[in-house]
Amino acid sequence: MTMTFRTIGVCGAGGTMGAGIAIVAARAGFRTISYDVEERSLERSAGQSAAFFDKSVQRGKMSAEERDAVLGRMERTTAIEDLAACDLVIEAVYEDLSVKQALLGRLDAICPPETVFASNTSTLSITEIASGCARPGKVVGMHFCLPAQLMKLIEMSPGLLTSPETFQAAWEWTKACGQIPVETQDKPGFILNALLVPFNNDAIRAVEAGVAEPGDIDKALKSALGYKMGPLELIDLIGLDTQIRLCEAFYPVTLDPRSAAPPLLRRMVAAGILGRKSGRGFYAYDGATMFGA
Amino acid sequence: MSDYAILKTGESRSFPGGDPFLTGAREPKDAAVLVHLGTAVAADPAKAAILVELGTESLAFHTGEESDEAFANVVGFARYRNGDDPPSKLVELVRRPWTSEAAVAAARGVLEGAGLEVVVCTDQPGRIIDRLVRPKYNAALRLLDEGLATQADMDLTCRLGLGYPDGPVERVLRGGLTHHYDVTQALFETSGAPAYAPPRQAVTAHRRSRR
Repeated sequence: MTMTFRTIGVCGAGGTMGAGIAIVAARAGFRTISYDVEERSLERSAGQSAAFFDKSVQRGKMSAEERDAVLGRMERTTAIEDLAACDLVIEAVYEDLSVKQALLGRLDAICPPETVFASNTSTLSITEIASGCARPGKVVGMHFCLPAQLMKLIEMSPGLLTSPETFQAAWEWTKACGQIPVETQDKPGFILNALLVPFNNDAIRAVEAGVAEPGDIDKALKSALGYKMGPLELIDLIGLDTQIRLCEAFYPVTLDPRSAAPPLLRRMVAAGILGRKSGRGFYAYDGATMFGA
Repeated sequence: MSDYAILKTGESRSFPGGDPFLTGAREPKDAAVLVHLGTAVAADPAKAAILVELGTESLAFHTGEESDEAFANVVGFARYRNGDDPPSKLVELVRRPWTSEAAVAAARGVLEGAGLEVVVCTDQPGRIIDRLVRPKYNAALRLLDEGLATQADMDLTCRLGLGYPDGPVERVLRGGLTHHYDVTQALFETSGAPAYAPPRQAVTAHRRSRR
């Protein structure tokens, strides 16, 4: 039987990723229920969504009427029971296996049996997340890229028990939203982070080994390969502490030495050098000067 | 006027036939900077800098490991090129601990004067680019073998998700698997790091090329 999704729930919609996913769903014409535990964070996301669509109108990407219609499709709630109306619930909550498993367990008790659950995890196993509920056949990986409302790519992963019908329905839904899905196996980091996390670590190790200054490493990769951003600039942007968290999610699973957090990264985080958000990472952000890590 | 001379034998990967850099050179006796493209390096302290084109070998292959004042003006270099793709604008300058700042500055001046982009690195396996991209290409090829995703989806993911102009698999295939084998085998021999070990596809291409 073909599954049709009409109403979409987004868990963790008070966060940046969840808010972006809600925009994607509502913009594509779906009734969208944004859920989070804090009303304040939902209000903030709603304000940001309205501002995003205002800008879309200013730039001629949609009419004022279309904007009003999209915003009219966006609801918000702090009552998880309201997600009982959803055909598809996408979770974008904190990247922790036990948190996601517990959420799916609660949703399992609330939603009708036909409701599909999707996880936006970037590092965890879909199969393990699905084991938190009694419907693993209806759980699928759906990893959006930040910022979700602008980035077209979605990594789609079936867990070991995901039914082909569930995967196909979720796949078609992403296309109906104007996104571009790619299929990956349920393995750590899927495609993007499986390649990126070790590569970024290698760049940190090159700094630590004295191969070159951070600025020359980034310049080399941008000039030679046409990358828009060097790996050290990227780590500064995502946060050095986040890079450690990614390493700690990957290394115990893969035992790939390239995924292990480099010692320099740990020392920098211990010193409060976290990247752009702390004003200093591999570069200093109070000026153009480089930090000679 | 550019103040460099070229001593050349055979085809250079950095400056293949017809490259404007070749035609801008002076006579060796008149030039402050000498550029060796495949020729043996001899000490000449009178020169501001002596550039030595490198392949996968280290600069120490040409100068010796020990500190030597006579080679303080010798600087290694490699212009990055993905296999037989046209050379990029990037030149990696390679220095030893005893390489003088003045020599690096003179080398940089000549290369930037020719419109190239210069970075400086120490004399370690793979310099910057190959040290960082070859393990990534190896991982991509291994994940492809293991069925993580199709080649098209892996490349599309990197283009859309990271803004790369091309994906890792299409890039390494375009550069040539035998070229990838040559680079990774040299890196593996000099570093001993498993991440550089040539992947199955590159080993296969290398063996087929020798049948």
